[in-house]
Amino acid sequence: MTAVERVAESFRRMDDVKAGKDGLNCVLWSDRDASLEAARERDARVAAGPLAGVPYMVKDNFATLGLPTTCGSHILRGYVSPYAATCVSRLDAAGGVLVGKTNCDEFAMGSSNEYSAYGPAKNPIDPSRVPGGSSGGSAAAVASGIVRIALGSETGGSVRQPAAFCGVVGVKPTYGRVSRFGLVAFASSLDHVAMFGREVDDAALALEIVAGRDPLDSTSVDVPVPAVRAERGRTKDLTGLVIGRPREYFPEHLDPRIAALCDRALERLASRGAEVRAVSLPHTALAIPVYYIVAPAEASSNLARFDGVRYGLRLEGEGLRAMYEATRSGGFGPEVTRRILLGTYVLSAGYYDAYYKRAQEVRSLIAADFRAAFAAGVHALFTPTTPTPAFKFGAKADPYEMYMNDIFTATANLAGVPAMSVPVGRVDGLPVGGQIIANHLDEPAMFRVAYAVEDALGAEAHA
Amino acid sequence: MSAATHEFEMVVGLEVHVQLKTRTKAFCSCSAGYGAPPNENTCPVCLALPGTLPVLNEQAVRLALRAASALGCTLNERSVFARKNYFYPDLPKGFQISQYDKPLAERGKLEIWGANGGTQAIGITRVHLEEDSGKSVHDRYPGVTAIDLNRAGVPLIEIVSEPDLRSPFEAGEYLRELKLLLEYVDVSDANMEEGSLRVDANVSARRRGERTLGTKTEVKNMNSISGVQQALDIEYRRQCAVLAAGGRVEQQTMLWDAAKQEVRPARSKEGSHDYRYFPEPDLLPLVIPKEFLDATRSQMRELPRAKRARFKGDYGIDDSAPGVSDSGRGASDAELLTATRERAHYFEAVVQAQKHGDPKAAANWMITELLAWANANGARVSDSKVTPALLAQLTDLVHEGALSHTAAKKVFAVLSASGGDPRAIAEREGLIQERDAGALARWVDEVLAENPAEAARYLGGEAKLQGVLVGLVMKKSKGRADPKQVNQLLSGRVSRGGG
Amino acid sequence: MAVTRDDVKHIAALARLAIPEERVPELVAQLNGILAHMDVLRDVDVSAAAPPAFGSAPTPLRRDEGPPIQLAAPRESFAPSMRDGFFLVPRLATHESEDE
Repeated sequence: MTAVERVAESFRRMDDVKAGKDGLNCVLWSDRDASLEAARERDARVAAGPLAGVPYMVKDNFATLGLPTTCGSHILRGYVSPYAATCVSRLDAAGGVLVGKTNCDEFAMGSSNEYSAYGPAKNPIDPSRVPGGSSGGSAAAVASGIVRIALGSETGGSVRQPAAFCGVVGVKPTYGRVSRFGLVAFASSLDHVAMFGREVDDAALALEIVAGRDPLDSTSVDVPVPAVRAERGRTKDLTGLVIGRPREYFPEHLDPRIAALCDRALERLASRGAEVRAVSLPHTALAIPVYYIVAPAEASSNLARFDGVRYGLRLEGEGLRAMYEATRSGGFGPEVTRRILLGTYVLSAGYYDAYYKRAQEVRSLIAADFRAAFAAGVHALFTPTTPTPAFKFGAKADPYEMYMNDIFTATANLAGVPAMSVPVGRVDGLPVGGQIIANHLDEPAMFRVAYAVEDALGAEAHA
Repeated sequence: MSAATHEFEMVVGLEVHVQLKTRTKAFCSCSAGYGAPPNENTCPVCLALPGTLPVLNEQAVRLALRAASALGCTLNERSVFARKNYFYPDLPKGFQISQYDKPLAERGKLEIWGANGGTQAIGITRVHLEEDSGKSVHDRYPGVTAIDLNRAGVPLIEIVSEPDLRSPFEAGEYLRELKLLLEYVDVSDANMEEGSLRVDANVSARRRGERTLGTKTEVKNMNSISGVQQALDIEYRRQCAVLAAGGRVEQQTMLWDAAKQEVRPARSKEGSHDYRYFPEPDLLPLVIPKEFLDATRSQMRELPRAKRARFKGDYGIDDSAPGVSDSGRGASDAELLTATRERAHYFEAVVQAQKHGDPKAAANWMITELLAWANANGARVSDSKVTPALLAQLTDLVHEGALSHTAAKKVFAVLSASGGDPRAIAEREGLIQERDAGALARWVDEVLAENPAEAARYLGGEAKLQGVLVGLVMKKSKGRADPKQVNQLLSGRVSRGGG
Repeated sequence: MAVTRDDVKHIAALARLAIPEERVPELVAQLNGILAHMDVLRDVDVSAAAPPAFGSAPTPLRRDEGPPIQLAAPRESFAPSMRDGFFLVPRLATHESEDE
């Protein structure tokens, strides 16, 4: 298939599934003509590239030329970035064609895509339910077959959780593995570029293309791109592979059906020669409190640039101060407002030591738990991705209850270790994800387990 | 001066922001240069467009290290950047990247002339790296403020002194010496009028003998050393008056108004700022590469104070404390000769080139002739056509007696206008002093013969006529006679008893 | 450490957010509710805390040279208000260096 054919197919699919406002609302902005023109350019290239003509989408918090970048917020309504994110440039250079920007929780703050200023996105499996968040739009775009590859971003689990809710693959690489240049910052020390794939291999391909040092991102690590696709051929015999099952991720109150699906996957791995070992990550329960201090604190600072001066929304007021307040209060939604207030509070004079500093100290203990587990001979950890499958719209009205969606995913953001979600089955017809966590920079081990689970479960992963 | 100020003493600390002379900005590759049209030197990073990230300029680190080393600071091999959060339209990110808990360098000192004529070591608390903000222009268009972000992101170092300064004089000395030092190590233009060196002052008053510090106010907006001195004086007196009346000084920010010559409170609603500092997550810790440290050490130039001391020690150049009078601050010769590296270099080149080492002569010629010329023409001494070699030749000619000082000044003028060879010029102008004993004797004889009455009186013992007779010989020789020898010849006639 | 109405107003001012009076009680309750969950951190033994391994690499240094990242569209295309190359904002109520 040519690039033009693939792109046309994507747009057809968008129409079929009603990807826009009157349907799933997973795609916010797209430009068929511009995408087809890009596709023609790809077809004309002598060297097609590893992503030859493949259509992809990115979450609306990635800077792109041409299509707007709104971050799901009113404060950036209509803003078109005059530069492109490094990841987007790399995907284009590899032959990919951007076919749309996807819906997300405003500034990536949310776990259900219900906090978008452009309306919620819907779960293609059951549109009365959320697709997860904050990268709900990208998850839904991949799940509904519009694209096989989409980028999202993770700060507390915002790609793995929607991947689990929508029955697709979601990967959060090691912190610093993929350049954040062009990813609109939410919480800098927790933000990761992450990827969705229809299958494990799609996500692996995307990772190999976008990973690698970027001189424009000081936190980008200077290590070779991991050859994760090569792990596909190493899944039949898992002798010597040790997989940890951390008890803190299988708590008493966890839905037993979810636990059962995870254990089924583990049994399949064991039957191929892997050793499954009980392990403990004792500080796991502290992840949410730590996350909800560190993330809002950094966010309150990162969002200060939205002030109506140089770009974005400006609402007039009597004098500068009034303009700032009118713009920001008029431009930000309630969840973002809440997090900015929380973040400003925990950084403010008198509270910094007790909150932010203390949270960062506890964070290092969470990271140490992972280091200890891997040092003891475990190659990867296997856990449920989320405590529940996709919930109905409006089900989590209490902010803290919404935060608890991240309970199994936030630890990997806090520690920076790579983690991914693969489908492991269904509960009440709704997708359930199993999470694989590996050691810092050990994406190959993580993908090996992922390919193995996918191969071992086959169609049962979606049944 | 009121009685109040006598019982109190002034305590001042200065925070100086210095622009580093890098080609590009601290965290992006935009030009850090001056004078471009508004917002031309901006890019997505320094415009703080969504999604952008900072990457540190290595040259900013090198220059900061040089400055910190020159100030005798202990360098922190590992230092951390922090965000200083506040809202202002010329601060695009809504925070400034600076350093807080772990700055680049700490605990240095700068020696200055104290108010009592001796030297005073002023402690340097810290030197840290940060970025500059843009410029806000309030009066260009009615009802709006115009923002130019060309300057946003230019690298700065902030140099914080201990509250060791005790008078406006000392504050002035500190700024003078600091500025000189920064020029010497070539890290900044350090020009207050142009804004590459900016000063904020913290000033408090306390009763003499007290050890604790009084409440301080912060004074901003001073654009010259004299402005700093005037502002400190006025604010200090105000504080003394408050304290003497039994009141308490309120901590606040004050602004110097140079036009009205007054210090007034800045009209901000809340007292102190809450900057909510936290470590900058988009930058990793700054670890100074070993080669930067080695280079800083091996390339460190002789600093001004050391150079002045050496000029005094090696060349006998006066290096005493500046005299302060109604006509202002008088600089010592050593200070004048070392006011720029280039001048000091010129001076030493002259001394090297002299056949007859005469540093004092070299100094005098530089100070009275060259500096005057340089100031009058807005030039540097190295721009003069009088090169060090030429000046050395000139001083040698005077030293040898071939030229009188007056004649040498005439030669200097010719050299200054069109260069040339000092001896050749002197010969051409007939300025070479006549030293031939025979010729001088003949002139002496002629003068004595032409002025018999004076001659008789002089030879008879009226020594005070010698000057007149020397003058007549000079006139007869059209200024070419060597006055020293003439004097000797005349006095020799007296002791020989005439004829 | 309970968040009060005055706290909410103070931090809203710091963050340049105008919170309507009627929303303040709800925010006070929500913030207190969220922060209550953080109390558990107070009692954690952090004596073994050390910075995460990946954070200890030094910050990369870039060469002091251009070119800068180019803008694909002029500033006027995204700026709310510009004139003669300047960004314009409403005149400051005060003239001073920072507004608190």
